[in-house]
Amino acid sequence: MTWHDGLNVEEKIRINQVLQSVKDPEIDSISILELGMVERAELQDGTLTLFLLPTFMGCPALDIIKTSILKAFTKVKEVKQMDVHFIYHPPWTSDRISEEGKLRLKEFGIAPPMKEAGTTGEWQAACPYCDSLYTTLDNLFGPTACRSILYCKSCKNPFEAMKPVSNWM
Amino acid sequence: MTELGTPSFKKTVVELLYQLADDDFILACRGSEWLGLAPHIEEDVAFSSISQDTMGHAAMFYGLLEQLGEGNMDELSHAREGSQRKNAVLCEIPNGTGHYLKEPRYDWAFTVVRQFYYSIAKKIKLESLKQSAYEPLAHAAVKINMELHYHILHWTVWFKQLILSGGEAKQRMLEAIIRVEQEFGDVCSLGPLSAEMANLKLIDKEDVLLERFHNSVKPVFHTLSIPYKGSFGYRSGRGRFGEHTQELQHALTTLTEVYRTDPAAAW
Ligand SMILES: [Zn+2]
Repeated sequence: MTWHDGLNVEEKIRINQVLQSVKDPEIDSISILELGMVERAELQDGTLTLFLLPTFMGCPALDIIKTSILKAFTKVKEVKQMDVHFIYHPPWTSDRISEEGKLRLKEFGIAPPMKEAGTTGEWQAACPYCDSLYTTLDNLFGPTACRSILYCKSCKNPFEAMKPVSNWM
Repeated sequence: MTELGTPSFKKTVVELLYQLADDDFILACRGSEWLGLAPHIEEDVAFSSISQDTMGHAAMFYGLLEQLGEGNMDELSHAREGSQRKNAVLCEIPNGTGHYLKEPRYDWAFTVVRQFYYSIAKKIKLESLKQSAYEPLAHAAVKINMELHYHILHWTVWFKQLILSGGEAKQRMLEAIIRVEQEFGDVCSLGPLSAEMANLKLIDKEDVLLERFHNSVKPVFHTLSIPYKGSFGYRSGRGRFGEHTQELQHALTTLTEVYRTDPAAAW
C-alpha cells in the first residue's frame, strides 16, 4: 500500500510534487515524503485530506509541518479545502525513509538509521562524512527527538544519526 | 472495535486513560524542571528530550480522552485540579528541596531511581496495553513503546553507573531506592477499577504486571550485587484514589498560570 492509492495518476503527480516541496523544518534537505511521514491522501470534491505519521509524538516540528503543507497547497487550484491529520497507527518506523531520503540525510551530515539494531539497543551507524563504521555513541539524545549524537574515530568528526525506530522495540 | 456502548466499558477505559495521562504529564513536568540543572550539558539535552517525549505521550492519552467526550485535551491536561488527578503520587514528588528558579537543591539520585523504576513499569504496562480490548489505546501503546525504548536505555545506564561508582553515589542511590520503593505501590496500582480493567481485557491484572516488573528489575540488581527487596508501599498516599500531596497543587498552579492567562492559545 502506498500513500497515493486513493488518487488517480494526474492527482498523484500533482500532489506528489507539492508534498516533495514540504521539507522537514529541522533537516531542510529532506521532504516529508522521503521521510515516510505521508501515510494516505484522499481527494474528494476539492477537499484534500492528508494523514501523516509523526516520527516522534512530542516533536514540536509537527505544527510547523502542518502549516507548511497548508501553505504549499494554497497554490494548487484542484485543492479547495484541506485537512491534515496526524495519526499513529500504523506507527512511523525508520524503515519508511526512502533510499533517496537516506541520501538527503547524509548530505545534511546525518547518518541514516541502520536496519539492524540488537535487542540490547546497541546500534552502529556509519559516519556520514567518511563512511567509517569506527564510530561511538556520544549521546543517545541529540538536538531533536529523532536524532542521536555520535563521534567518528576515523575522521574525528562528531555527527548525528537518526535513531532506529522499529516494531521490535 | 469492542462495544464502547456499554457505560461500564467506557467508564473503565476513561479511568485507565486518566491514570496513564496524568502520570506522564506530571512526571514530564518534574523532568523539565531539571532543564539547566542536570549534571552536565549532554544530560540537559537528553533529559529535556525524554521529558518532551513523555509530554507527547500524555498528549496522546488526553487526546484519547477527548475522543471519548471528556473535554478538550488542553483543559484536561492544564485545567483539572489536583484532587481530580489520577497520577501516582511518586510522579508528583518534587525533585528536591528549593525552587527551580531560586536555590534548587535537587536530588539526582532520587530522579534517576524514579525515572528508572517508572520507565520499566511503564514498559510493562505498554506491553500489556498492546493487546488491549480498546483498540485506540492498543495503537497508542505500540507507538509510545518505541520511544520509551530509548528512555529505558538511558536511565538504565545512569542507574548502573551511579551504583557501580561506589562511595557517596552508591550510598545516595541506595537511599533513593528505599524512598522510591516506599511510594511505588501507587505506580503499580490500577486504582478502584482494576478488577474491571482486567475483566474487560483492557490491561492485565495488577499482580501479573507486578510480577513482570520484579522479573525485569531483579536481574539488574543482581548484576550490580545489591539486594532487591521489591516490597512497595504507599507512603505519601494513593494517587489512583485521588489522594495527593500539597506539592501537586503547587506544581499545577505554577504550570497552569500561563494556560489560564489565555486558555484559547495554541500550544
Ligand atoms: Zn568519519
